[in-house]
Amino acid sequence: MTESALVMGAVAYDPKVVTIWEGFRRWLRAAKLPFDFVLYSHYERQVEDLVTGRIDAAWNSPLAWLRAQRLAAACGRSVRCAAMRDTDQNLTSVVVVRADSDCTSLPDLKGRVVAVGAVDSPQATLIPLSHLRAAGLRPGQDVTVRRFDVGVGLHGDHIGGERAAARALAAGGVDAACMIDANHLLFSQEGILPAAASKILAQTPPYDHCNMTVVDTAPDQLADRFINLLRSMSYDDPEVRPLLDLEGLRAWRPGRTTGYALLDTAVKDSGFYDAAGAVTDPEYLP
Amino acid sequence: MTGPLDLEHLSFTCGAHLLINRALRALPPGGQLRIIGTDPALGVHLRAWCRSTGHGFAVDPADGFQVERGQVEQQRWAGAQRAGGPNPDGIVRRPPAHWGLAARGALVQAGGPPAFFDLDDRDVVWADLAPRLYAHAAARQWDPATAVDWATATELPTEIETAVVQVMTYLVENEQAALVIPARLLARIHPHFREVQQLLAVQAADEARHIEIFTRRALLHGAQMGTSSVGGRASLTTLLAEPDFSLASFLLSVLGEGSFLALLAFLDHHAPDLVTRQVTQLARIDEARHVAFGMAHLEHQAALDPALRGRLRAAIQRRHDALLHTAGLNADVLDALTILAAGQWTPTAIARGHHAVQQLQHAMDQGRQQRLTRLGFPPDEAAELSALHTRNFM
Repeated sequence: MTESALVMGAVAYDPKVVTIWEGFRRWLRAAKLPFDFVLYSHYERQVEDLVTGRIDAAWNSPLAWLRAQRLAAACGRSVRCAAMRDTDQNLTSVVVVRADSDCTSLPDLKGRVVAVGAVDSPQATLIPLSHLRAAGLRPGQDVTVRRFDVGVGLHGDHIGGERAAARALAAGGVDAACMIDANHLLFSQEGILPAAASKILAQTPPYDHCNMTVVDTAPDQLADRFINLLRSMSYDDPEVRPLLDLEGLRAWRPGRTTGYALLDTAVKDSGFYDAAGAVTDPEYLP
Repeated sequence: MTGPLDLEHLSFTCGAHLLINRALRALPPGGQLRIIGTDPALGVHLRAWCRSTGHGFAVDPADGFQVERGQVEQQRWAGAQRAGGPNPDGIVRRPPAHWGLAARGALVQAGGPPAFFDLDDRDVVWADLAPRLYAHAAARQWDPATAVDWATATELPTEIETAVVQVMTYLVENEQAALVIPARLLARIHPHFREVQQLLAVQAADEARHIEIFTRRALLHGAQMGTSSVGGRASLTTLLAEPDFSLASFLLSVLGEGSFLALLAFLDHHAPDLVTRQVTQLARIDEARHVAFGMAHLEHQAALDPALRGRLRAAIQRRHDALLHTAGLNADVLDALTILAAGQWTPTAIARGHHAVQQLQHAMDQGRQQRLTRLGFPPDEAAELSALHTRNFM
């Protein structure tokens, strides 16, 4: 038998995930924490394994966090949002139209075609469509939704869906496209959405993104040491800095659950998961 | 509270971050900067940019946005150090591996992968003469197309021409070794010692041009090169096998190229045509510089390391033992040199040519002894070691 260790799950949305978690593993083990990770091809199995105690912690997307909460509650367990990246806080999504569009506010999109990311993307599909709903536009009824299903099961971690939606907008194939704020900046800089050729029609309120979820079956001491070690990682440290850069953060922050209300509403309204955490969107096949 | 910074129409796709960074640098961490501007995407992009660069972001209730300076930039450069100083007096004894390819004197961010330059000790690679020799070498570069009067080429008697072709073929073979050895060494030298790298790079480039002009002279009147013997190549191969920087430099530059200076002077003197004379003269000037660096480097090192002479002696003996059972100099080359010095096919002329080649070998031996003496060998030991040098000259 191998030693008992804190086992964390992560989803392999990109080959760099191996580099990232190998680096973290090396650093954590050098700090005397027995730590291993397992990689999943999509978030659903990771969350199911977390709640059944097969793994102790999971590097979760916001959508995976909401499902973990639901699944845990349904079987009498609990999960906690133990840490998150500084860059996971206060994100927004935008709805973009071409500069020559006659739309000046969300209701003007009635009867138009809106491009979104993958079916399970919080930032490019679920939250923006919920934002449209709040403005009185029912997806599929008041607006036609053109989905770009790249990396289904990766909860939008793969940028491909958002990029394809932006390209479709620039090419005139759709009337609007939804994406996270940082990708709007990226696509503008890349020239996919030149500044003069597009305009932002709407921006969602801020929301939070990934978090390190710990299940209550995890060995307390190891789990606490794991989170404390993450929190101690300093951007001052030249050994740690490349790891943080790779994972896209400057500092680990205490986990907070106040930034998931928008997505929770989106999940409920779209019927993506039911209250017990079962996948109920028939078009979602991770 | 400072500001506001008015970006006017400037957007993040056109460099807004430059003005924002400039304004933030004037603030302490935690300092607030109010930003206004007319780009419609400013709020969206500023929020995303602040998140990715570690600055705080808030919408200003009055107008515009508030940015709180984060600490990421300072943290990123924590522990950074200067990679010595830009001039030779700023050279450090043992530059760390992670300085790698950074310019000498640059502010080097802490961390990063170590670069594998195993020749990283000033006392092993440096010579105070290197910067001056490099400047000299760079100033003396010449164009093979114009530095030789190729158009003046005159036909020679067949057997004299054949002798020239054989000597040129031999020179090319030796110059190949003289190119590969510094090229290999320079890739192992820590870039902190850049003047030594530069000098070796020019040295390799010198040899590349020598190879060109010797080949071109060989093919001036015909289409065939001369012969390459096993013994000659065996001798040169032992040079390639020497991994130690000082020993390789000693065997190649001090002993080999040093002997070659005498050979090139001989060819200059006995050249049967202008082109042959010019190509040997051009090569000789460069080779003199290579020998000068080899000597300067070893003199520098001998002064620091009393054990160096023992290692040099052992290197000569090792190479001698390795070549003991080989033929040494290509016999065709020796004959060709005799013919060139003779210039005619009379017994008297051949005897004269033979004598000249003996004098050449004597001159090579004298030169080696002088250089060995300069490195601190007693005269009798210098004579003994010079005699052990390869019969292949290089």
